Amino acid sequence: MDIRVDLPTSERVKISVRGLNFYYGSFLALKNINLDIPERKVTAFIGPSGCGKSTLLRVFNRMFELYPEQRAEGSISVDGEDILKSKRDVTLIRAKIGMVFQKPTPFPMSIYDNIAFGVRLFETLPRVEMDERVEWALKKAALWGEVKDKLNQNGASLSGGQQQRLCIARGIAIKPEVLLLDEPCSALDPISTGKIEELIHELKADYTVMIVTHNMQQAARCSDYTAYMYLGDLVEFGPTSELFMKPKKKDTEDYITGRFG
Amino acid sequence: MSAFTHMDARRTALHRKRKVINAISLTLALAAMAFGLFWLSWILIETIRLGVGGLAVTVFTESTPPPLAETGGLANAIVGSLMMVSLATALGTPIGVMAGVYLAEYGKRTWLGTVTGFINDILLSAPSIVIGLFIYSVVVATTKTFSGYAGVLALALIVIPVVVRTTENMLSLIPNALREAAYALGTPKWKVIAAVTLKAARAGVITGILLALARIAGETAPLLFTALSNQFFTADLGEPMASLPVTIFKFAMSPYQNWQELAWAGVFLITMSVLALNILARVLFRNKY
Repeated sequence: MDIRVDLPTSERVKISVRGLNFYYGSFLALKNINLDIPERKVTAFIGPSGCGKSTLLRVFNRMFELYPEQRAEGSISVDGEDILKSKRDVTLIRAKIGMVFQKPTPFPMSIYDNIAFGVRLFETLPRVEMDERVEWALKKAALWGEVKDKLNQNGASLSGGQQQRLCIARGIAIKPEVLLLDEPCSALDPISTGKIEELIHELKADYTVMIVTHNMQQAARCSDYTAYMYLGDLVEFGPTSELFMKPKKKDTEDYITGRFG
Repeated sequence: MSAFTHMDARRTALHRKRKVINAISLTLALAAMAFGLFWLSWILIETIRLGVGGLAVTVFTESTPPPLAETGGLANAIVGSLMMVSLATALGTPIGVMAGVYLAEYGKRTWLGTVTGFINDILLSAPSIVIGLFIYSVVVATTKTFSGYAGVLALALIVIPVVVRTTENMLSLIPNALREAAYALGTPKWKVIAAVTLKAARAGVITGILLALARIAGETAPLLFTALSNQFFTADLGEPMASLPVTIFKFAMSPYQNWQELAWAGVFLITMSVLALNILARVLFRNKY
């Protein structure tokens, strides 16, 4: 299916995907994806399991390259630079396009160092500024109040919800421009989920956010644009209110009303 | 209704059968455990019973005596063992850890990784006397002298494959999600390994090192043809060097009672240090998981 959706002219395009095909070995997992992601907005990807939404997210920071049998064709321009063909080191691309995963993955170090680790990769900050950065990131992730007295404790000592917010804090501490969230709330309780949704809402003031979610209410609540994917195709893409209120495609309507999927 | 009663009867019959099988398996497993434990505790009790008797301050202060002497100890053997074992561990650990890192993080699904892993497995199961003879022909025959250094090399060759294998296994247990999270921040590969994966696996890696250390502490065969032994005290690795296992081997085979007592004291010392190392490894591992 070849669809092109033009964003309203009021939006600035941050990322544009053209003719993206993605393979796991010989299996075609993404079929000719064309998509424009608006800057400083939240774009949600929904669709049944196996539709390729997480796969798509992992192309944006070239995470798939860790696995030799996976490959992508086509182009993904971020601010005009095609990151799939870029000669720049992939670490620089990943520093610009951060990612938070489905399961919390605290590093085996203190809460403080979990945040400072990524910052130290690209910046040499004096201690005071580093302290400020850690505090800033933890406050952004709505975790500061819970951990400010135990920054030296191991990150793994936190609860699941706290660990996930720690991972988000770690992701934003390095000040990326784009944040990829791969089902960040799937392992969390409703209260932690609420906190993270609020956070997503705040984050879009500074970042371009893309979120993969199984939870349609979540997509409806916290995104500006939504893409519906099915079996490797991008079926429909548009402003969230439109996609949920009057979807153009029958497939989309069936999925969001729960008749399918 | 009757269909339900029928199903119920079948379930009850199956359940009875399973209970019997379960009881038999449990009995067999318990018996096997008791059999193993019986010999292990006997060895331990015998070691303590005969070893404690030979223990005295002189064991640590005096060197190995001539036959039928009034006093004497194991100082030269203890110092020799400590020096050779710690040097061999210090030599073998970095090589083993780095090779393990290669196998787990770089060499997966490459022919070099596969071949290295295979050769490592062979080295791991090679009889230690083979390693002793190898070092004899390569080092001792060339330098024309038995030496502590040759002993260190032979022991290091035993340490390396153990550490390689445990490091590789422990790193393979680290979930890919953790690596991906580190890469997602823009971390270069070497730093992902050094600061995240290896750190997450460190308790297991240290356990492997301690187990390798415990193993070489009791190795006799690789030292027989390399460090030989030395009835005098020396801290010079260039000379033949005494060690606990070789001294025990020599003294336990002798007809002299004072030598036999010292052999038991040595056995006691080795057993206790290996036991202590194993307990230490357990404690480290438990704290992690």
